[in-house]
Amino acid sequence: MATTTSPTKGAWLHTTVGRKVLMAATGLFLITFLVVHLAGNLLLLRNDGGAAFNAYAEFMSTNPLIRVLEIGLFAGFVVHIYQGLYFIFTERRARPKGYTLNQASANSNIFSRTMRLSAVVVLVFLVVHLRHFFVEHRLLGTPLTMYESCKIAFENPYYSAFYVLSMVLLAFHLAHGFYSGFQTLGLVLNKRIERLLKWGAAGFAFLVPLGFAIIPMYFLLSKYL
Amino acid sequence: MHFTLRVWRQKNAQDTGHFEIYDIDGVSPDASFLEMLDVLNEKLIKQGREPVAFDHDCREGICGSCGMFINGRAHGPLRNITTCRLYMRHFRDGETITIEPFRAKSFPVIKDLVVDRSALDKIVQAGGYISVNTGSSPDANSIPVPKPAADLAFTYAACIGCGACVAACKNASAMLFTAAKVAHFAMLPQGQPERRQRVKRMVAQMDKEGFGHCTNTGACAVECPAKIPLTAIAQLQRDFIWANLSPDPHAASSS
Ligand code: HEM
Ligand code: SF4
Ligand code: FES
Repeated sequence: MATTTSPTKGAWLHTTVGRKVLMAATGLFLITFLVVHLAGNLLLLRNDGGAAFNAYAEFMSTNPLIRVLEIGLFAGFVVHIYQGLYFIFTERRARPKGYTLNQASANSNIFSRTMRLSAVVVLVFLVVHLRHFFVEHRLLGTPLTMYESCKIAFENPYYSAFYVLSMVLLAFHLAHGFYSGFQTLGLVLNKRIERLLKWGAAGFAFLVPLGFAIIPMYFLLSKYL
Repeated sequence: MHFTLRVWRQKNAQDTGHFEIYDIDGVSPDASFLEMLDVLNEKLIKQGREPVAFDHDCREGICGSCGMFINGRAHGPLRNITTCRLYMRHFRDGETITIEPFRAKSFPVIKDLVVDRSALDKIVQAGGYISVNTGSSPDANSIPVPKPAADLAFTYAACIGCGACVAACKNASAMLFTAAKVAHFAMLPQGQPERRQRVKRMVAQMDKEGFGHCTNTGACAVECPAKIPLTAIAQLQRDFIWANLSPDPHAASSS
């Protein structure tokens, strides 16, 4: 290897491995965001007519530090979704002709094989979700409080059903993504860490989406029962 | 034992290919899968028909040539095994067995079940070697290697280049193969001089050959007859990130 080719700076991010490193870094960052988001949402369950939740929403939309973090969050989503769509659109490139009989379940779990499906559902959810809350409140300046917006949305059975279904698919995405992100960053050093992360992923993927899904179900049930 | 075989037949790379059904009787449960195909081929030749082309050489699990997709699995229904070490007793009597070639854009079919795996060789050529001064052989143990590193290097060196990892992967990714080589050399002092370049070049070649990306499903390690562990891939990832993000101490002198 006498001659060292020096490719343009950043070219490594266009390799399949580089793209996945970007996905993993942004994906794990988005996971931390999910935890913060859930903690705030759980305030909706307090029986105070939305006072605590509205105060929290007010803080999140005015605090300058949160402003800055929000830009990072937005960038994280853009990069993750851009790379995700790249892999979704190039899906069949490396295997144009598939197998007639494929027993994939014998060598891998369903969550890892349905990352693209779960990604698309989460993406659709994200668009609807942002339209409903971010666009309505931050761009259009609706007179409703955040609590009232949530109440209207969650008391609509169609919206709530869509929300819960999306959380099931988010659980799928996290059940593999949580472990996979660490492996892509090269941090799964041995079998023990692998086992630990896979159990952690299972617990996280079950509890966090469940926490989100409880809220619309709570609003729906309190309206009809 | 009696089987119904559904075998992929394809004249050459241009042919679209199709399945043909064959009945085979009186197969010994102790026959290997390849021996069963030999019996089928003898029968076909007697009938004046074209025998099924398949790759094989050592028939003892060390050469890596006997790749085929059997009943939806690379190398058949068992984990971590080559086709030549698969026996007919692993199937149910009367079962229909579907046999296809490994399918990937980078593995074009040559004939029937035989595919061209030279794309894997090109990945090795891109960096799977070390530079040595030729001459008289060096003294044993002149380069000390810690025992755990030697053991790991040995684990990663076991890859037989069979391509089952690519065949089993939903993305037809060659990551386990490439990572086995990268991780093997990363463990050893002899692998250090080219370490940065190796991982960059092998990853670039992997992409150039048209293999897919890695989703970390782990299907490869389940089907790999050499039991290459997924820690190889983690090692490649670390090396790749490090080679691209940390400043190269030799960069100034080489430019
Ligand atoms: C809160 C939302 C999300 C979180 C926390 C998240 C997290 C993750 C993580 C941690 C991974 C594993 C990365 C790796 O394998 O190294 C991943 C993979 C993936 N994500 Fe997301 N993700 C989210 C939303 C999305 C969206 C909206 C898309 C839409 C395009 C998407 C597309 C993908 C795809 C396609 C993969 C698999 C890539 C592959 O084939 O290896 N994700 N995600
Ligand atoms: S890593 Fe395993 S499955 Fe892949 S080529 Fe090497 S021996 Fe075969
Ligand atoms: S024929 Fe050599 S590994 Fe099967």
